[in-house]
Amino acid sequence: MSLRVCRNVTVLEVSPVGQRKRPDEFYEIRLSLPDWDGWKPGQFVMVRPASWELDMLWARPFSISSADADGLTLFVQKVGRGTARMARLAPGDQVALWGPLGNSFAVEPDTPTLLLAGGIGIAPFRGYVERHPHPENLRLFLAHRLPLECYPYDLLSNRVDCRCLLEACPADLDLIIAALREQIAEYAAKDGLILACGPTPFMRTVQTFAAELGARAQVSLENRMACGVGACLGCVAPDAEGHHVQVCTRGPIFWADKVRL
Amino acid sequence: MDMHVSFGGLSLKNPVMTASGTFGSGLEFAPYGDLRRLGGIVAKGISLAPREGNPMPRIAETPCGMLNAIGIQNPGVEDFVRRTLPSLPWRDVAIVANLYACDAAEFGELAGVLAAEEGIAALEVNVSCPNVREGGIAFGQDPAQIARVTEAVRKRAGGKPVMVKLSPNVTDIAVCARAAADGGAHILSLINTLAGMAVDIRNRRPRVANVVAGLSGPAIKPVALRCVHQAVRAVDIPVVGIGGIASAEDALEFILVGAHAVQVGTANFLRPDFAFGLADEMEALLAGIGASSLDEFRGSLRLPL
Repeated sequence: MSLRVCRNVTVLEVSPVGQRKRPDEFYEIRLSLPDWDGWKPGQFVMVRPASWELDMLWARPFSISSADADGLTLFVQKVGRGTARMARLAPGDQVALWGPLGNSFAVEPDTPTLLLAGGIGIAPFRGYVERHPHPENLRLFLAHRLPLECYPYDLLSNRVDCRCLLEACPADLDLIIAALREQIAEYAAKDGLILACGPTPFMRTVQTFAAELGARAQVSLENRMACGVGACLGCVAPDAEGHHVQVCTRGPIFWADKVRL
Repeated sequence: MDMHVSFGGLSLKNPVMTASGTFGSGLEFAPYGDLRRLGGIVAKGISLAPREGNPMPRIAETPCGMLNAIGIQNPGVEDFVRRTLPSLPWRDVAIVANLYACDAAEFGELAGVLAAEEGIAALEVNVSCPNVREGGIAFGQDPAQIARVTEAVRKRAGGKPVMVKLSPNVTDIAVCARAAADGGAHILSLINTLAGMAVDIRNRRPRVANVVAGLSGPAIKPVALRCVHQAVRAVDIPVVGIGGIASAEDALEFILVGAHAVQVGTANFLRPDFAFGLADEMEALLAGIGASSLDEFRGSLRLPL
C-alpha cells in the first residue's frame, strides 16, 4: 500500500502505564491500522480525535512507537490540553490520522549504537530496537523522572543493554549530565552512532557533548506543529547556516551538528 | 449542479480555493488528495528576495483558533517560478500567486515577474499581513496605500486578474474595499487574520515570539462574514470569502452573503484532505436545502427591511 495516508482510524485500547504507583501520566494508545508497513523508526504521525470538533484545531504529533499488522502503538505523556484529552479516549473512538511523516533515525547494523532517551523520548526507540537487525549492537540509556514501570522499559531491557538514571531531585541532574558525557565519550572513541530523543535541554546537552567529543549523533526534535506536512512553517528550526527548516518534513531527526537548538 | 464559477477574469471549476499560508505551495498536500479537485490554490506568500521569517515560537493554539506569526518565510520568487510552479498542475487548477513586498514599487516589480508566467492564473496582493514589521498591515490600514499598491500591481499584471486581500484590522472595511476597487482590483479577498495575542502566566511570556500574531480559524468566522457582507455592498467587484471555514455549511454562508468563491485556510490543518471534498459537500448541501443553482443562491441573503 502507499505510504502517507490520511484516514479515520479506531482506538483499540488506551492503557495507563505504571498507574499503580504513580498518577496516570503515561498512556499507551493502540490504533487500528491494519497492514501498515514501511514506516521507519523515528517517524511520527499526526493524530486528531473526532471528539475535538472545533474547540481544538491542531492534530498532535506522536512518534511511532511500534506498528505491526494489527495496529499502531503510541506512547503519550499528559503534558497539556491535547494530550490530557487523548488520555480520555476510549476503545471505539474515531481519530483522524496521517503519516508516517518525517525522516528516520540512521540504522547502521554493525555499528555500536547508543540510544539516549530522556523520559518519554524512549517512545521511538521501542520501534528502533524491534526493527534493528542486530540489537546486540545497541545500548539504551534512559534518564527518567518517574519509576521505570512508567516507560516501555521492560520491552527494551529484554532485548538490549539498558542503563538508567532517575532524576528524583535537582542534584541528580548533575549525575545524568555526567553519565551522558561519559557514554558519548565511550561511543565517540569507538566511532559509534548516537541517537537521542527527549526534551530540548536533553537534546542540547547531547549536541554539546557530541560536538566537544567528536561523536556522530542524531537528535529528534519535537517542535510544536500545526500541519505535519511542511505547509504551516510553524515548526521550523534554524539549521547550521541559520536557515529555517521544517522539523516535520526535513526532520524530525537531524544530525546534531546540522541544527541549532 | 454546476459548481463552475467565473468572476473578475478568473475561471474556477468550483468555488473552493485554498488560502495562502495554509497550503504551502500546494505540493505538500498532493499526497492527500488530487489537487485538480480544487477550484484554486493560493500559494504561500512570495517576495522578491528569500525571507527567513520570524523567530520561534511562531504558532499557538487558542480556543477554536490559532495564532501565527510566520513572517512570510519563503524562498523568493525566482525559486518559486523555477522549482515549484512547473510541478503544480496549473493547466487543471487555477494557481494564484500571493504577493508580499515592502512598497508599491517592489509590489509592481514582483507582479511583473509573476505575470510573465503562464502557470499563474491571478495575483493576490497581500496588503494585510499582521506579522511583518515592514509593509504588511501598514498598507492594509491606509486606504491611500491600498489604492497605490493595487495600482502598481495592476499596471504590471499583464492583464491577469488582480485580487487584493484585505485586513479586518481596520475601522471601516468598506473604505478599504473601495480603495482597492479604485486602485483597479478585479477581485477582493477577505479577511486576513485578526491581530491577536496569547500569553503564558507560568513563565510570564508571550506564546508567540512576535508577541502579536494573526488569529485564524473558526473563531474568526463571524468577523469574516460581517466583513464580506459589508464589502459586497461597498463595491461592484467580486469578493472571495475567507475566515474560519471548516465545513460546507460555513462555505455556503459566505456564498449566501455574496461571495463568488471561498478560501479554506486553517481547516487544512485539521486534516490535510479537508479541502479536496469540500466542493462536493457544498454541492450536495445546496441541493439538500433546495437551491436551484450556485448563482441563484449567491447573495440571496434576506435582510430585515
